Amino acid sequence: MTDLRTKYLSLIAEAQDAAVLEDLRVQAVGKKGEISLQMRELGKMTPEQRQEAGPMLNALKNEINSALAAKKEALEDAVLNERLRTEWLDVTLPSRGRPAGTLHPISQVWEEVTAIFADMGFSVAEGPQIESDWYNFDALNIPGHHPARAEMDTFYTHRAEGDDRPPHVLRTHTSPVQIRSMEANGAPIRVICPGRVYRADYDQTHTPMFHQVEGLALDKNISMANLKWVLEEFVKAFFEVDDVELRFRASHFPFTEPSAEVDIRCSWEGGTLKVGEGDDWLEILGSGMVHPKVIAAGGIDPDVYQGFAFGVGIDRIAMLKYGIPDLRAFFDSDLRWLRHYGFASLDQPNLAGGLTR
Amino acid sequence: MKFTLSWLKSHLQTDASVDEIADALTDLGLEVEGIENPIEKLRPFTIGYVNSAVKHPDADKLRVCQVQTDEGEKQIICGAPNAREGITVVVAKPGVYVPGIDTTIGVGKIRGIESFGMMASEREMELSDEHDGIIELPSGEIGQSFADYLAEHDPAKVDPVIEIAITPNRPDALGVRGIARDLAARGLGTLKARDVTAVPENGASAIGVSIDDDTLDGCPVFCGRLIKGVKNGPSPQWLQDQLRAIGLRPISFLVDVTNWFTYDLNRPLHVFDADKVAGNLRVHRAVGGEEIVALDDKTYTLSAGQMAISDDNGVQSIAGIMGGLETGCTDETVNVFVESAYWNPVQIAYAGRALKINSDARYRFERGIDPAFTPEGLEHAVRMIVDHAGGEASEVVTAGAVPDTARAYKLDTDRVVSLVGMEIPAQTQRQTLTDLGFVLDGDQANVPSWRPDVQGEADLVEEVARIASLTKLVGKPLPRMAGIAKPVLTPMQKRLTTARRTTAALGYNEAVTYSFIDQKAAELFGGGTDATMLANPISSEMSHMRPNLLPGLLQAAARNQARGFMDVSLFEAGPAWHGGEPGEQHDQVAGILVGRTGPKDVHGEMHPVDVYDVKADIEAVLASMGAPAKVQIMRGGSDWWHPGRHGQICLGPKKVLGVFGELHPKILAAMGIKGPAMAFTIFPAEIPLPRKSSATRPALKATDLQAVERDFAFVVDADVEALTLVNAAAGADKALISDVRVFDEFIGGSLGEGRKSLAITVRLQPSDATLTEKDIEAVGAKIIEKVSKATGGELRG
Repeated sequence: MTDLRTKYLSLIAEAQDAAVLEDLRVQAVGKKGEISLQMRELGKMTPEQRQEAGPMLNALKNEINSALAAKKEALEDAVLNERLRTEWLDVTLPSRGRPAGTLHPISQVWEEVTAIFADMGFSVAEGPQIESDWYNFDALNIPGHHPARAEMDTFYTHRAEGDDRPPHVLRTHTSPVQIRSMEANGAPIRVICPGRVYRADYDQTHTPMFHQVEGLALDKNISMANLKWVLEEFVKAFFEVDDVELRFRASHFPFTEPSAEVDIRCSWEGGTLKVGEGDDWLEILGSGMVHPKVIAAGGIDPDVYQGFAFGVGIDRIAMLKYGIPDLRAFFDSDLRWLRHYGFASLDQPNLAGGLTR
Repeated sequence: MKFTLSWLKSHLQTDASVDEIADALTDLGLEVEGIENPIEKLRPFTIGYVNSAVKHPDADKLRVCQVQTDEGEKQIICGAPNAREGITVVVAKPGVYVPGIDTTIGVGKIRGIESFGMMASEREMELSDEHDGIIELPSGEIGQSFADYLAEHDPAKVDPVIEIAITPNRPDALGVRGIARDLAARGLGTLKARDVTAVPENGASAIGVSIDDDTLDGCPVFCGRLIKGVKNGPSPQWLQDQLRAIGLRPISFLVDVTNWFTYDLNRPLHVFDADKVAGNLRVHRAVGGEEIVALDDKTYTLSAGQMAISDDNGVQSIAGIMGGLETGCTDETVNVFVESAYWNPVQIAYAGRALKINSDARYRFERGIDPAFTPEGLEHAVRMIVDHAGGEASEVVTAGAVPDTARAYKLDTDRVVSLVGMEIPAQTQRQTLTDLGFVLDGDQANVPSWRPDVQGEADLVEEVARIASLTKLVGKPLPRMAGIAKPVLTPMQKRLTTARRTTAALGYNEAVTYSFIDQKAAELFGGGTDATMLANPISSEMSHMRPNLLPGLLQAAARNQARGFMDVSLFEAGPAWHGGEPGEQHDQVAGILVGRTGPKDVHGEMHPVDVYDVKADIEAVLASMGAPAKVQIMRGGSDWWHPGRHGQICLGPKKVLGVFGELHPKILAAMGIKGPAMAFTIFPAEIPLPRKSSATRPALKATDLQAVERDFAFVVDADVEALTLVNAAAGADKALISDVRVFDEFIGGSLGEGRKSLAITVRLQPSDATLTEKDIEAVGAKIIEKVSKATGGELRG
């Protein structure tokens, strides 16, 4: 029995391929294999002999089976390793193309501003961009002769010969949406109105189309101090700084009274803007308490309701926040610019995760 | 609006510094745009004395001077003809910046001899245009700062000039006096009295004035006086200095007086040469067609209704806007008629705009000067003319009467506090208004005649807040809405936001292009009509509102191709216009793919863009916007699509959710696009809003029974559409067939001209029992039958 063991273990160890191994299995533990034949002899033995030989034969059979299985796996591993060796790839080759698009900074900032004001209870209203002069001017306390009309470089639409209606305008600000929102919703109201606006001006810092967001809040006791707080909170959240100092300067807009231009404390170092520190002031928006005539034009009683309005340039705050130097490039669709200043599709601003990644 | 510090101080008693004044002005709403303080740039110049001056050995016109300075004797080479021994001069030592020549002085050699500085002329220090020689001072100590010397001896030369921006509501601040009044109210000093002793009336005026009845609403009052025997000539130095400081050129005394009062008291005046006026002056409305050569030497033709001042010869002045050349003053003028009138702001604004004249007079009249000051303003002017140029003044001629602008509004001091959110004591509020010229009568505030902008209680609040200073405003939280902030976006807004992010995720770069495009491009896309045309475009490239987003994107693609980027994928989400009335705009989401899907690549996957690329994209974007999956695809879209290679994604024949396809080659040629170009346009408003009111989803129906797939190939006519075949197959057993996919298309070849083979995989998903071979065969037969019936095709053998 010891001979059998030695013989088969060494033959198994020497086997070079699966066929030889299979032959060995048949010879040793196959139905007519040597070990199987010996096990058949057990029946002829005395119980005493069987007691001794049975376990030994079983042990031998198990040992040979294990050796066969181990050798089989080793042979298969060798084959696999040989195959894998030939399957080498140059993993430094470029990956398959997976195009990545971008969102325009204006869309990104639109969503940032919306997220901030939504948290303060402002909804989002939009309106027509070709406007009647009533909504764009008269309702906002800018009558026909008002110098502000001339100063706004208004685009007018064509009127056919014989059509004596005053020409419509391309809205010069998003303020007409204030009026439309008041008409539609009444008071109290909290709304922001983002969108395209137009002025006939084109130079280094002006484009004939740009974007504004207007804010309007009316209630029974909203004051200019509330306006300042809202703007402080907005500026802090938008520029993602802990603290910022705002300066209100008296100014004049026909649609607000009192009116204020708002500056933020900042520094310019090496052309980089830092909001909230430094000795410079940067004018970022115009604001004020809504003029009673404007509230009345919106169909709301100005003796009962009061509130504030403000207007910010979306492109302008995008330039300031993201360090974009030239307004004109916003509308040029240069792929290099879009890829450099654009945002990934999943960079969706929200207050839980912060506005920017 | 420009003025000098000394000019301001002629109205305001104050010790405040320039900086304090500037800060206050900006804070008051009179925003300082610039301060030019000559003292700053003169600070480094010092006074020196020329000890000796000898001719330069190598240059006839140069002198080698030894100049005594605070740092001892310095050698300076000088080319000025008056450089000589014994004069007191102004020295710029090395390192000093000389503004007039934009140079910083260094030590240098001039023709071989060293020079340690420069002696300056007035022009070199930007004090005047004087450059005939270096400055010779009559006095001055060696080493003394030249700035200090000037401040003491010739203060006009170092008078700081302040420029402020005036908002349209503040005509009163277009005069230095109005600015002084604001500063006084703020507490920066006291307003000085500016009374005038009227020149005694001496005889009747040879020139009379009348106002036509139909013109009284435009010119309620006109005052004038004839002054005989004046001697015109240059203005006194102080007057010339002040005008020059604010950028006006002194012309002659009589002209300068009118300019000066325009800025000093916001009182535009006109002076006629009385000897050139024929008969009396008449204020009237133009019939239309009258011509006048105005003081700017240009000829203007008046339109009917515009106001004019005429004599017997015709129009002599465009009322309130610009005087006429013919009756204007010259150096030879000896008899003058001085006009002080009040013109209606609205009428001046319209006339000025129509005539395109931008004059100081128009600027002020259209904003609204003080009507009550009309007679007194005349007295100020006549007094100044007589005092400086002599002459005898006639009686005052007045036509019309000063209009009554008296009005009063209630000052509700509590309301001020509640509106502004600042604690301003009632007494302070009343004092502020009083300082600004309001007269308080109980709680009624009578508005001063120079404040046409104050038209209601809100304006009183503004005045009080402005003077109190808005910088003191402390933010107060706006009460938050109760609970968690509610979603605020409308379904449309959400839809556009999602569409943007989805399209970007598909590899497109978002562009924002102009809303207006050129007419030719607009016409190619169904627009370019007069209804969407601008009356005053800034260029012919931006003349029409875009009818569609594609032309703007294609132009952008062409620009990128010109820069060497041939493969372009761009999209935009925004408005397009189908008419010229408010509201005739609709949103679109549009994308274009031009060139290849990417650069050549080692895997060979990139390919020229095709219809199925853009179809995949529009399907993904539509799905993200909530469009139903089951749609029809129809042909027959607009002209800018390739007629055989586009599809309209529809819900029924009239509801087009979007269009995709290849653009027409003619369009691409017209827009200068190289290579194939695919595009899609989505109309977000057409996508039905979901009806669901709950976030709950239907239960998932999944079965453990094995699904079976079977392939079929059909030979059909080449123009049979795959969707027809797929729908027919799917209709064979709607309960059992869970999916039908086309996996092969083969056209022509052995099938013959006009025939093609379409191969489909049909997935069968049983729901209650495993399928037997018999079941499968039965469904197969039904599929073949349905497809044959729908397409006329047959199973491929």
